[in-house]
Amino acid sequence: MNSHAILAIYKFEMSRTLRTIWQSIVSPVISTSLYFVVFGAAIGSRITEIEGVAYGAFIVPGLIMLMLLTQSTMNASFGIYFPRFTGTIYELLSAPVSSFEIACGYVGAAATKSIILGLIILATSWLFVPLHIAHPFWMLTFLVLTAVTFSLFGFIIGIWADGFEQLQIIPLLIITPLTFLGGTFYSTHVLPPFWQTVTLFNPVVYLISGFRWSFFEIADVSPMVSLGMTLVFLSTCLVTIWWIFKTGYRLKK
Amino acid sequence: MTSIISISGLSKTYASGFQALKTINLDIKRGEIFALLGPNGAGKTTLIGVICGIVNATAGTVTVDGHDIVNDYRAARALIGLVPQELTTDAFETVWATVSFSRGLFGKPKNPAYIEKILKDLSLWDKKDNKIMTLSGGMKRRVLIAKALSHEPQVLFLDEPTAGVDVELRKDMWQVVRDLRASGVTIILTTHYIEEAEDMADRIGVISKGEIILVENKAELMRKLGKKQLTLHLQKPLDAIPAELATHNLALADDGNELVFTYDTMAERTGVTALLSDLSRLNIRFRDLQTTQSSLEDIFIGLVHNSAGAAS
Repeated sequence: MNSHAILAIYKFEMSRTLRTIWQSIVSPVISTSLYFVVFGAAIGSRITEIEGVAYGAFIVPGLIMLMLLTQSTMNASFGIYFPRFTGTIYELLSAPVSSFEIACGYVGAAATKSIILGLIILATSWLFVPLHIAHPFWMLTFLVLTAVTFSLFGFIIGIWADGFEQLQIIPLLIITPLTFLGGTFYSTHVLPPFWQTVTLFNPVVYLISGFRWSFFEIADVSPMVSLGMTLVFLSTCLVTIWWIFKTGYRLKK
Repeated sequence: MTSIISISGLSKTYASGFQALKTINLDIKRGEIFALLGPNGAGKTTLIGVICGIVNATAGTVTVDGHDIVNDYRAARALIGLVPQELTTDAFETVWATVSFSRGLFGKPKNPAYIEKILKDLSLWDKKDNKIMTLSGGMKRRVLIAKALSHEPQVLFLDEPTAGVDVELRKDMWQVVRDLRASGVTIILTTHYIEEAEDMADRIGVISKGEIILVENKAELMRKLGKKQLTLHLQKPLDAIPAELATHNLALADDGNELVFTYDTMAERTGVTALLSDLSRLNIRFRDLQTTQSSLEDIFIGLVHNSAGAAS
């Protein structure tokens, strides 16, 4: 195991985050806070409780997930795409590092950043709404697993993308709509039965549901199903990355 | 001298169908400076790319100090430093950070004293806290060399290292290369400046259309293929070469003021004595003479042309 290499990549990526702290930390915290202000404080006070939870508090797990999914994907995809774009990837390919070690460095840094962001947003939400976390351990487990899984997913997109447009397409056109439609702002139980079934094909439903359960013990699907789906997605991403490095897809000529 | 790199039956065909390398067999000796010459598109960078792990080979094997580059890639790559042709750098990083990053990436523990030495050797020390984007092209090239040396490699690949570098910087860089060789590092370089290969290399390999068409000790190559020319500056110009001198390999130059005799230094008889006595007999006098030996560039152009001719 080339632990020096993992650490070098991790530190390199984290220093990039610190260098661009306004864009990478401050900006997502502010935009998520705006959701709290608008949907939580302003409009939320006029909406009745959902399954016994005040609307302002109900949307907190969903909003953290929304940020976690988009930021993890964008961070990790940019982290690996930029060396491809500038050509500095040559050094990574010629170094004595395995695909697992490269992924550990990039994905670890992207996930760390997302987790920090998630915790900052959680702390910020306390300023707007009263919150109670029923299962802190499971809350952290879902937070970490989701950050890692979507950082792996972003890493794959960063290798697949052939331009900055492709890099943005998946987070903006797929992840954000799936998150909005996956129960960020509502419980899927309020939907008509047909749409409830359709929603089960949206993987983000399981992530938000599990995460929300760890706060309020209310869930659209069983928390164990949520955990299982997260692990399935995590494994799929790991296998894809292993295949990418084995074949050199989009990396080696 | 033992081999540090052994290339056997190596070929590379890109997805487009273009065959960049055709069955390459080559051994690089430990501690030598090997210059790989070839025209643009000959396969130099592809060959280096395969050895360093950037390009997947279609067939064949490469070992570095006995380690297979695929099955034992960690050991093989840890021995290699690569300076790529393109100036690809992390624009927003500082010189110190990027060189330290490279050392870590290659699995070496921190060693600030060693990084300091490299940066000082490459005259980068006063730029260590500068962002790379603020450096000139020549300085960026030095940064790439510093990155390649950061993990104390045994083999250094320099792909066109002096492209776009001014004369002074180039001299400094070659001094660094000489020092590295003196410390036992094997160096493989490609260059368009053939005089550099002539000046630096122990052995020369010529690659053309994906094939190694020649590998030779530089001095031997120059001796074998080197044509020599004797130029006689005539007292009176000649309109044409006299028929009596037709048996000699002669040409007129400078409007008939110079008589140029080309001969082979390897031949049993060079014909110089016979030519001089014939000139004396014909009363053709000269006021000065000089001999010149063909440069590596002449040899290189001749080889590549012959190879192209044979291929067509």
